[in-house]
Amino acid sequence: MADKILKKIYVKVWRQNNPSDKGRFETYEVENISQGSSFLEMIDILNDQLIREGKDPIAFDHDCREGICGMCSMYINGHAHGPDSEITTCQLHMRKFEDGETITVEPWRAGAFPVIKDLIVDRVAFDKIQQAGGYVSVNTGGVPDGNTIPIAQVDAEEAMDAAACIGCGACVATCKNSSAMLFVAAKVSQFAKLPQGKVEAKRRAKAMVAKMDELGFGGCTNTGACELACPKNISISHIARLNREYLKAKFSD
Amino acid sequence: MSSFMKASIGRKFFMSLTGLFLIVFLFVHLTLNLFLTFDDSGVLFNEAAHFMATNPIIKIMEPVLALGFVIHIIWSGWITLENMKARPKGYQAGDNLLKWYAPAKNMFILGGMVLIFLIIHLFNFYVKMRFTGDPLLNQPGPGLEDGVHNSYALVANLFIHYPVYDIIYIIGGILVGLHISHGFWSAFQTIGLNNSNWMKRLKFLAHLVAFIIGAGFAYIPLYFLIKF
Repeated sequence: MADKILKKIYVKVWRQNNPSDKGRFETYEVENISQGSSFLEMIDILNDQLIREGKDPIAFDHDCREGICGMCSMYINGHAHGPDSEITTCQLHMRKFEDGETITVEPWRAGAFPVIKDLIVDRVAFDKIQQAGGYVSVNTGGVPDGNTIPIAQVDAEEAMDAAACIGCGACVATCKNSSAMLFVAAKVSQFAKLPQGKVEAKRRAKAMVAKMDELGFGGCTNTGACELACPKNISISHIARLNREYLKAKFSD
Repeated sequence: MSSFMKASIGRKFFMSLTGLFLIVFLFVHLTLNLFLTFDDSGVLFNEAAHFMATNPIIKIMEPVLALGFVIHIIWSGWITLENMKARPKGYQAGDNLLKWYAPAKNMFILGGMVLIFLIIHLFNFYVKMRFTGDPLLNQPGPGLEDGVHNSYALVANLFIHYPVYDIIYIIGGILVGLHISHGFWSAFQTIGLNNSNWMKRLKFLAHLVAFIIGAGFAYIPLYFLIKF
């Protein structure tokens, strides 16, 4: 069966020329959108229309368009990645919207994620947190066989669940405090559950939390909004582990 | 240590510990207050109040409790301010993921309302019992020894003759309950004592604790409102 066509929708989108521009909302009409198209494809069609009209197209982040790169970052109708769960914006379909609907599209809002242009925000803060300790120091020599260190299945699974984080920033965008705790918790957790990560566990937890605070993210108040918004369904139980790892490290100083 | 105090997790660590401490206090407070409803002659409550006023352990704990309140209140303002600074510009479409009335989203507002209630409450009883005195406290009562306050008379008078205070105290109980329904499990989460198994258990316990404390405190004015 062919997909239904949305005859006309209104896209109310945030336009901001550069980081220092005040910015404003503009509403565009888009006609004949198939409900089978993705949200980003709809924006592509809108941009094509804007270019033909001699206007500046809407700048937005995107890359893989299959939900694994974490680049797309739109806050649609009050939801990070739009009104569907466990997906990124690129996986959002237009069948989630009604004909004649006005769709509000905003960039991630956080002091630590300044807007560069329109819907593009600067998420380099996440890279800085990762660089502060989100790694296992590499030693020289031959690569050891992965199976030489036995790891319990449950631990491997939980580490993998945490490692599913794509660093899109939906947690920060959704949290009322713009807290990066779910991101940091996922990055700390994926190592904390594995023997290779335990070696640098204390330094890692302290450094990453200190960097997170320094970059101006808010604190976690355990509202749980982040895990609802997370396209990878990362649980806030990882935040409890981050707290535990951090406190253990701090108290042993 | 100073870096710990300033760190986001460090700040919340103190928030959690003081919060749990205040919950323990509320349980003690509720237990004693329920004596108001067990014995309408007031003998039981007066004995309990006298015991609490003279017990050396309680004397030591009183300033500790005050400190607990002060830290919890000041830290909440500090944390909330820092958290608000983290998002200089909000969303036009709002945040539609959690319900606007979810206690988790409104801890500062709920806490602020509890604080207003607390101030009213302190002026109703504590200030009179400890500092200014009140003719009702010296009223003779059954089984009352010389020099022992008739605390029951003070409390019963307020709840029997001023229904508006009954309503305020019932609302106070509900507000504390809502605050605890998030605060209890959130405290365990912040001090790291939680995982995917305990998440459900702690949330259930949080609602149980919140119900016992909220309903328990609301029951006392309700008892006076209905019975007298």
